[in-house]
Amino acid sequence: MADNLQILQEQVLHARDGGHKLNIVGGGTKAFMGRAADPDAGTLNVGEHTGIVDYHPVELVLTVRAGTTLQEIEATLAEEGQALHFEPPHFGENSTIGGTLACNLSGPARPWAGSVRDQVLGVRLINGKGEHLRFGGQVMKNVAGYDVSRLQAGAMGTLGVLTEISMKVMPKPAATLTLVQEMPADEVIHYMNSRAAEPKPITAACWLDDKVYLRLSGARSAVDATAQKWSGDVMENGDQFWRQIQDMGHEFFTGDDPVWRFSVGSTAANFNLDGPWLIDWAGSQRWYRGDAELKRMEALAKEAGGQVSLFRGGDREGEVMHHQPDALKGIQRRVKNSFDPDGIFNPGRLYSWL
Amino acid sequence: MTINPKVSKAELAEQFRTFIDPEYVITDDETMKPYECDGMSMYCEMPLLVVLPETVEQVQRVMRICNENAVPVVARGAGTGLSAGAMPNKEGVVLSLAKFNRILDIDPLARTASLQPGVRNLAISEEAAQYGLYYGPDPSSQIACTIGGNVAENSGGVHCLKYGLTVHNILSVEMVTAEGDLVTVGSDGLDSCGMDLLALMTGSEGLLGVVTEVKVKLLPKPEVAQVVMAGFDSVQKGGDAVGGIIAHGIIPGGLEMMDGHAIIAADDFAQAGYPRDAKALLLCEVDGTEEEVHEHIAEAEDVFRKLGATSVRTSQSEEERALLWKGRKSAFPAVGRISPDYYCMDGTIPRREIARVLTEMEKMSEEFGLRVANVFHAGDGNLHPLILFDANVPGEFERTEAFGSSILSLCVEVGGCITGEHGVGVEKVRQMAVQFNDEELQQFHDLKAAFDPKGILNPGKGVPALRFCQEYRSLEYKLHKHDHTEAAHG
Repeated sequence: MADNLQILQEQVLHARDGGHKLNIVGGGTKAFMGRAADPDAGTLNVGEHTGIVDYHPVELVLTVRAGTTLQEIEATLAEEGQALHFEPPHFGENSTIGGTLACNLSGPARPWAGSVRDQVLGVRLINGKGEHLRFGGQVMKNVAGYDVSRLQAGAMGTLGVLTEISMKVMPKPAATLTLVQEMPADEVIHYMNSRAAEPKPITAACWLDDKVYLRLSGARSAVDATAQKWSGDVMENGDQFWRQIQDMGHEFFTGDDPVWRFSVGSTAANFNLDGPWLIDWAGSQRWYRGDAELKRMEALAKEAGGQVSLFRGGDREGEVMHHQPDALKGIQRRVKNSFDPDGIFNPGRLYSWL
Repeated sequence: MTINPKVSKAELAEQFRTFIDPEYVITDDETMKPYECDGMSMYCEMPLLVVLPETVEQVQRVMRICNENAVPVVARGAGTGLSAGAMPNKEGVVLSLAKFNRILDIDPLARTASLQPGVRNLAISEEAAQYGLYYGPDPSSQIACTIGGNVAENSGGVHCLKYGLTVHNILSVEMVTAEGDLVTVGSDGLDSCGMDLLALMTGSEGLLGVVTEVKVKLLPKPEVAQVVMAGFDSVQKGGDAVGGIIAHGIIPGGLEMMDGHAIIAADDFAQAGYPRDAKALLLCEVDGTEEEVHEHIAEAEDVFRKLGATSVRTSQSEEERALLWKGRKSAFPAVGRISPDYYCMDGTIPRREIARVLTEMEKMSEEFGLRVANVFHAGDGNLHPLILFDANVPGEFERTEAFGSSILSLCVEVGGCITGEHGVGVEKVRQMAVQFNDEELQQFHDLKAAFDPKGILNPGKGVPALRFCQEYRSLEYKLHKHDHTEAAHG
C-alpha cells in the first residue's frame, strides 16, 4: 500500500515541460492490447500507487488506488462476502483495477451484472496539465457534471492517468450452478437468447465446441428450481470452467493465432467465416481465432449490428479497433485534446490518430 | 460563454418555415407560453421562438442554421424536468422533440426497443408487456417523461440499486451534433471501441447533442414481487435497518424510506395503513423467482424485527402491494396538500450518514423557520427533502432556496453530491462550485467545447462560469462557519 500520487504528478509535469510522451503501465499484464506502445515514450508506472482507500461493505462501495491488483481487491471483498460482479479478467497476478477500467474488461456475467464501466461511480485522474481532478463520487447516483468516470472505460489511458477509482460492489450469490448440453451452432443463438428472456437467475451463457453452458446464481432455492425446469446436465467443475473463460485461460485462446473480439447484437446470425468460434454473453460477444483483414472483419461486425477489435496477436502496428466515422473521430480528437492538450498519454495506443 | 446571435427572430423563423410546417414554427407569445418553464416552474423565461421538427433531417437543418448564426438551442422533451434544464434561453430556440413519439421496433428475442426520443417512459413497458418484458428505469414522472429526456438526465427511479440508471439500460443513441452531423454512439453490442461517448451523453442535460433515437435494453418481468413494510421509532434505527438488509446479502428491487412528516402526509392522502406513530418507515420490495422471493422476504422480516422494527407487514396480494406503494408514490402530492408550495431537493449521501443528515436538517428547519418532509431512495442514498413554503409570502421562496443550498452543501460535506437524478440545470448551477473546484469545472467546459465549439447547446446550464464560483464558495463558507459556531455554542 503506497500513495505515489506526488511522484506521478511530478512525472507528468516533467514530461509536459520536456515535451516527452508517456506510456502508462499498471501491472503490465495488458501490454498485448491496443496498438503497439510508442517506443520513444517514457514509462509512467502506476503499479506502485496501491491500496484500498475506503470500503464500507453496507454501502456496497469500494474506493481504491488505481494500481491495486484485482487479486487484493477480490480478497478484501471476499472477507465480507462481496465481489466484483463484472468478473474482471485476470491476465496475471499483477492485473490492476486501473488497467481493467482503461481497457473496459468484464467477464462472463457482463450482460446481467453489467461491465466495469457500469459499476464505476467515480475516478480521480491526472490530466495532461498535471492537474489532479475528481469526478463522480462514492454514491450510487450522481448526475452533477459530465460522466467523466465512465468515459475512461475503453479510452486506454489516452485521457489521463487514473489514480483512484470508486465502484459499486455486490454480495456474492448464495449458490451457483452450471448446466451443460450438446447443441449445434445453428440452434444456439436462439436458445441462449430465449433463456435470457426468462425471469430466471441466469448469470452466464456461453457456447464452445458444440456445447452450450448456462450458469445460474442466486438464492439456493431459485437456482435449484430453475435447474430442474431447464434441460442440461449439472457440470461438476462449473466454476473452474467460467474462471477459464473469464481470464482467457481456456485452451480456445491458446496458440499464436490472432484473437478477434466481436461485440454485436445478441441475436445476430452466426458469421459466415470458418474457424474456431467461442460465443459468450448469450450471443453479444463472439471470439474468433485466425488470420483475417480488419476491413473484412469490420464488414461482418457491422452486419451484426456491432463492432470488432483485434484483441490479441496479429499486426499491432496498424489499427486494431473498429474504425470511427469522421464526425466521431473529430469529437474524440477534441475530447482527447481537452484532457491532454500536448498529447502526452499513450500516444497512438487506441487509434493511430489519437 | 456569451452568445451574440447574428439573425433576428423574423429572419430565423422565415428560414425555418422553408423546411418545417409553418404551423410548427411558433413565434407568438401566447402559443410559446407553455414552453417558458419545465417541471421547475419557479424558473421561467420566454424563448425567441419554438420549433417542432418532424424528421431527423429537419433537426439537422435547424442545428446547422443555429450553429452558423450562434443561436442558442434548448432541446425539450415532455418538460417534466426538475432542475430547469429545459428552461428556454431568451435569445434562443426551443427545439421540441414532441413529434418524435413513435416506438420504432421491439425485438422480444434480443430484448431491445428502438425508440424515438419523444416516447414516454411508461409507454415502453406497456408495449413490451405483451412479451413479458419491461424497461427498468422508472422515474416518478414516468407517465409523462420521455426517453430522450431520460437520456439527458440519466434518470433513475425506485429500482436503481438492482436494475441501474438510464446509462445501464441503453445500448445506443443516435444524435445530432451542434454542427448538424448525425452520429450514432454505442451499437447493438454491449461495448464499443474507443471512448465511451454513450456514457458521456447520458446525463449531459442537452449540452452535448440532440438525441433523435434511442435503443434500450428490456428486462424479463420478474415472476413475483412482494413488499415488506417496517416502521421504526427513530430515524437512526430505520437507517441501520437499510444497512442490515444489504449486509445480509439481499439486494431489494426497491428500498424506500420516509420520515415522520412524510408518513403522516402520505397516509392521510392514500390511506395506506402506515404506522402513523413511526419516525421512519421502510418499504422493501423483493422481486425475482417465486422461490427466491419467498426465501428473501422471510429473511428481510427477520432482519427488520431484530433491528428493532415496531411494526412489520408484508404484502399478501398484488392489491396490498400496490396500496403500500401508493403512499410512497403519492408522497409529493400528499405533501402538496399540507402546504401551498413545496420545493423538492435531490442530494445523495452515503447511507451510513442518513441519521446525521436528517438530524442536521431538522435543526436547519428550525433556523430557517420552514418545515421539511423527507422521502429517501434509501437503497441508493438519494434523498428528496421537500421544503414546505408559501410563494405568496414575500421572501419565503428566497429563504427556501437558501435552506435548499444548505442541505446540498451538507450532502457534499458528508461525501455525497448535489444531485442524484434531477440534474443541475439552472437550479443547482451555483452549487456545482461546492462539489467541484475550478480546474474540474474548467475540464467540463473544455469537454463541452469538444462537442459544441460555439457553445450553442443549452448555454448557461449544468456548469457554472468560473468567475461566479469563487464568490459563491466564500459566501457558502461564511454561512457554514456561522452554523458551526452556533452549534458549538448551542
